[in-house]
Amino acid sequence: MRLPCPICGARDVREFYYQGAAEMLRRPAEDAGEAAWDNYLHLRDNPAGDLEELWSHDAGCGAWLVVTRHTGSHDVKGAVLALEVKR
Amino acid sequence: MRVKDRGLVDRRQSVSFRFDGNTYRGHPGDTLASALLANDIRLVARSFKYHRPRGILTASSEEPNALVTIGTGPATDPNVRATVQEIYDGFEARSQNAWPSLALDVMSVNDLAAPFLGAGFYYKTFMWPRAFWEKLYEPVIRKAAGLGALAKDKDDDHYEKAYAFCDVLVIGAGPAGLMAAWTAAQAGVQVILADEDSIMGGRLNAETHEVEGQPGADWAAGIVAKLAAMDNVRLMRRTTVTGAYDGGTFGALERVSHHVATVPAGGVKETFWRIVAKRSVLAAGAIERHIAFENNDRPGIMAAGAVRAYLNRWGVAPGKAVTVFANNDDAHRTAMDMQDAGVHVAAVVDSRKDAKAFGDYKLIAGGLVNGTAGRGGLNAISIQTGAGQEKIATDCLAVSGGWNPTIHLTCHMNGRPRWNADLISFVPTPGAIPGMETAGACNGAFSTSQCFAEGIAAARTSLEALGLKAPEVALPDTENTEYVVEPIWAVPGKGRAWLDFQNDVSVKDVRQAAKENFTSVEHMKRYTTQGMATDQGKNSNVTALALLADATGRGIPETGTTTFRPPYSPVALAALGAGAQGAGFAPERKTTSHVATVDAGAPMIAAGLWYRPSYFPQDGEKNWRQSCDREVGFVRDAVGVCDVSTLGKIDIQGPDAAKLLDFVYVNMFSTLKEGRVRYGLMLREDGFVMDDGTTARLAANHYVMTTTTAAAGQVMRHLEFATQALHPEWDVRIVSVTEQWAQFAVAGPQSRALLNGLLDSPIDNDTWPFMSCGPVRVLGVAGRLFRISFSGEHAYEIAVPARYGDSLFRLLVARAKETGGGAYGMEALNVLRLEKGFITHAEIDGRVTAGDIGMERMMSQKKDFIGKTMAARPGLVEEGRAQLVGLKPIGPVKQLTAGAHIYADGAEPVRAHDQGYVTSVGFSPTLGHFIGLGFVRDGLIRKGEVLNMVDHVRGIQTRVELCEPVFFDPDGGRTRD
Amino acid sequence: MTELIAQTPLYGAVPRTIGQTTMTEVDLGWLTSISPYAGRVPAAGAALKAAHGMAWPSAGRMTGKDGARAIWFGRDMVLLAGPEPSHDLAEHAALTDQTDAWTTVQLSGDGAEDVLARLVPVDLAAANFKRGHTARTQVQHMNGSVTRLGADSFLIMVFRSMAGTMLHDMERAMASVAARG
Repeated sequence: MRLPCPICGARDVREFYYQGAAEMLRRPAEDAGEAAWDNYLHLRDNPAGDLEELWSHDAGCGAWLVVTRHTGSHDVKGAVLALEVKR
Repeated sequence: MRVKDRGLVDRRQSVSFRFDGNTYRGHPGDTLASALLANDIRLVARSFKYHRPRGILTASSEEPNALVTIGTGPATDPNVRATVQEIYDGFEARSQNAWPSLALDVMSVNDLAAPFLGAGFYYKTFMWPRAFWEKLYEPVIRKAAGLGALAKDKDDDHYEKAYAFCDVLVIGAGPAGLMAAWTAAQAGVQVILADEDSIMGGRLNAETHEVEGQPGADWAAGIVAKLAAMDNVRLMRRTTVTGAYDGGTFGALERVSHHVATVPAGGVKETFWRIVAKRSVLAAGAIERHIAFENNDRPGIMAAGAVRAYLNRWGVAPGKAVTVFANNDDAHRTAMDMQDAGVHVAAVVDSRKDAKAFGDYKLIAGGLVNGTAGRGGLNAISIQTGAGQEKIATDCLAVSGGWNPTIHLTCHMNGRPRWNADLISFVPTPGAIPGMETAGACNGAFSTSQCFAEGIAAARTSLEALGLKAPEVALPDTENTEYVVEPIWAVPGKGRAWLDFQNDVSVKDVRQAAKENFTSVEHMKRYTTQGMATDQGKNSNVTALALLADATGRGIPETGTTTFRPPYSPVALAALGAGAQGAGFAPERKTTSHVATVDAGAPMIAAGLWYRPSYFPQDGEKNWRQSCDREVGFVRDAVGVCDVSTLGKIDIQGPDAAKLLDFVYVNMFSTLKEGRVRYGLMLREDGFVMDDGTTARLAANHYVMTTTTAAAGQVMRHLEFATQALHPEWDVRIVSVTEQWAQFAVAGPQSRALLNGLLDSPIDNDTWPFMSCGPVRVLGVAGRLFRISFSGEHAYEIAVPARYGDSLFRLLVARAKETGGGAYGMEALNVLRLEKGFITHAEIDGRVTAGDIGMERMMSQKKDFIGKTMAARPGLVEEGRAQLVGLKPIGPVKQLTAGAHIYADGAEPVRAHDQGYVTSVGFSPTLGHFIGLGFVRDGLIRKGEVLNMVDHVRGIQTRVELCEPVFFDPDGGRTRD
Repeated sequence: MTELIAQTPLYGAVPRTIGQTTMTEVDLGWLTSISPYAGRVPAAGAALKAAHGMAWPSAGRMTGKDGARAIWFGRDMVLLAGPEPSHDLAEHAALTDQTDAWTTVQLSGDGAEDVLARLVPVDLAAANFKRGHTARTQVQHMNGSVTRLGADSFLIMVFRSMAGTMLHDMERAMASVAARG
């Protein structure tokens, strides 16, 4: 599998570290309550379809990416910098 | 036997080779199979289960029968396909799975027992008694049934992996592949053309078709030469594309030096390529089907196309009186080519009643071969004709049940092929592999002209997809014969008719499976083992599922097909594991003190990728404990030196550096004064401890963080996540400086005196109190000094640029020795920290909270930090959690062991009574007994209790008292003074 | 007088020539990572140009010439190789001394591309990876940096502690390419 790093271009998946659903970007406030934190840490949609997920280009530029990948076909629709998503 | 004026082998040269101890001669260009057939060797193997005599069936990589072993000792290669292996002068091969010899194989008694050994026999018979399977049944069955044996020694041959990139990858260099590559190459794009054969051209080398008025093989050689001369084309011969993967990635195995007598020095046997292609064209050809009839597996019975290939490509006639049995027009070519070459054709048996002869040979239209004769090799066939039974003497029966397109790669990404009723075979589903076109025989286009046309079209589609204008390429003039076929899967009869030759699966087995309700094709496959051998049933799968369809009263499309997974043909594990053996297994990280340490005789232990000294032995010491005790002693009494460069060091700079540290640590770092160091604890977001370490504030906006050796990479990624993904608005920059600095702990009462001998400006307790830091000059070199201690002694860590590490380490150790100290290793480091109750990842193993290690109060209430909210979860703060305690033995047994569990004193040591566990232990020479750290339920408030430590694995029981984890100098006076 | 003696990461173990390719340990001079603060890339670029004479490299590029180069080194980072960094840069960027952190070798000769094709999972063919192109990627199992210096010449950097592994992996690949003739 290859991932399109917005900085380095398409690279082999071996250069990346996988984190999981991009939900982790949306960290609740300290006092957001149990439900919000439970959702942030534990509850995932697990779609059979497109999923936004976090990958770190560890062996490349070091950027954290939000990659859109189809969980059924591994078709990668694109990737953006986590940095940009947050801004 | 060799036939005059046929074939592409080099007749001017002769090579000598050996098979099963006998010497034969062949020519350069021969495979082992063609050379054996040229020498009239028909019996080459025994089958897997019944040890039936078997010969060469095919002329290519799908060969199920002719597997041999080459090489000896560690370089042994078992299960080499004789149809692929090229011979050279001095080549030697041995047959497999036969004892004492191929001709007289005692295990062939299995064949007589065959009525009892059908599908499911093993499952049904060897189930009981259960214990017998592992000890008795399996070893015996494995010995009797089998392929070649692996050498059990380390293979000294080299294998490698490599990467290649292209715009268009063309898989297969037959007529379709050659035209696809030629067309793509005209557009100037980067083209890779990969083919498993030693010469490119595919069936053009095996047929007598003319192209543009030339013999097909000559035309192929011409276009291959033109492609080879182009800068943008890379030809990969002897390279099998074994798998199609996501994102245009392909695996390919190149057999680099199997065809030469000796691998050149430094060279490899095989290269496993990872090819990345923007577009691909599959032109993999087709594989001929066999027909199931009684005893259809005798040596001499071959695929019709293979018989033709041996004649046209290698100049070999596999028999003196050839017969053909087929259900299609194509196989008639075999008869015609043989006759042209002067070989006698006894008959062509065509199952179709309306079959016509294309030449002057005896045709039995509507005939069915229903029996064969000849021990060790075919000598006659029986034919059921409209008039009755006929018997014909023949030593070579060329069989064709039609052609199966080689669709395997199109299924590697879950694609399912479609059934084409006209061709009576499966064809690829378009788009099954993103970016892949299929062309030629693998697409169901069987004439040479159709192959050319589809190759051009596939390349044009690929180029257009790349946004390029596709060049006009003329269609070469050649034959365009229609493929005419009528189904015949199995000839009715009583005897055993074979499908999967490599796993000895018969028609009866498939019908038996259906009868026992294994009606799904996947179940039938596993129950009968049809298609599960190393050839994956390339000749037989479609026939087997057609028979299953028939037995279950369904059509073939409804029955479906098993799918194909990589690899297309077997790949040695040595190739897949290439680059990961020995020193290549993983990077070896060595500190700057490595050479001096190894020279001092210290045994090294792996710490992640790093290598660190276990201990530094001295003359007269008999075991590691003596060295360790001595090293602990001199740190407590004088001074010791230890390389701590392996700890992660991260440079953190910027206006928001303090914010980041406050966010990732549970305690405050924004309040840390410049020139000071603070211990910090880091949690994961789920509230459990992730790592710990000290962080120094070098300047207002400049910190340097240390991590444990084990978690350095994880912490770095964690900081990147915090800054990029959680708080990109913070202006902070982080970079690892682990590699830049060589850092040494100098620990013990004499540490300051030692350093003052090397520092340009001496230090004292007022200018450098405990937990201070700053720049220093060491013998004129700019360095950093940290007054921190992991040993509980007055201690420092001194850092210099890594280039000086070797020199400084030698100097520090030499100076330490002058005062009775020296270098210490990991064993002593561990005892020193245990005596002080300092934790490592043995304690913070990912299941431990700050509260569990008595650091609950470090968690700041004044700020948010990673893990704060979840650390307050009821389950993480409630009573009954296992908490950090010190352990010391108090009974007659004095030993503590890590991994042992703790039980209530007097209670039976079973899981229900489990109170906790031991994480680290060591013998404290300072205290004169074993000490340990562990986690015990509510341990923080149970000091003084006596419990029972039980190590079930080592059989040790020790009564232990729970105590404070700090065993030595509890008020820390030694560190500060 | 006692003094500290400097050692290079490869202890002078190279140059090594196998077949047509030669690997040489290289001393690039000072190595300084430059990470501009928020919004300061233009200012850092101007300071780099003024102090050291080379343009700020965009992603995947190297600027400068022998003795003073700026090599793109990651998402927010450029590696200044050669001169001691100007203090003016520190105003706009985090500077970190990395002079001793890297093992640096130059691989030259016919077949250098083929050698690297055995180690690096990136297309380094001249058509796509021209002189002055650089990549952060893997060198076998090591994270590193690969830069094309010329038609048949590359600069390869891995962590200092992995010098021995680099030597091993490079020699294996060089020998394999040489054996193919």
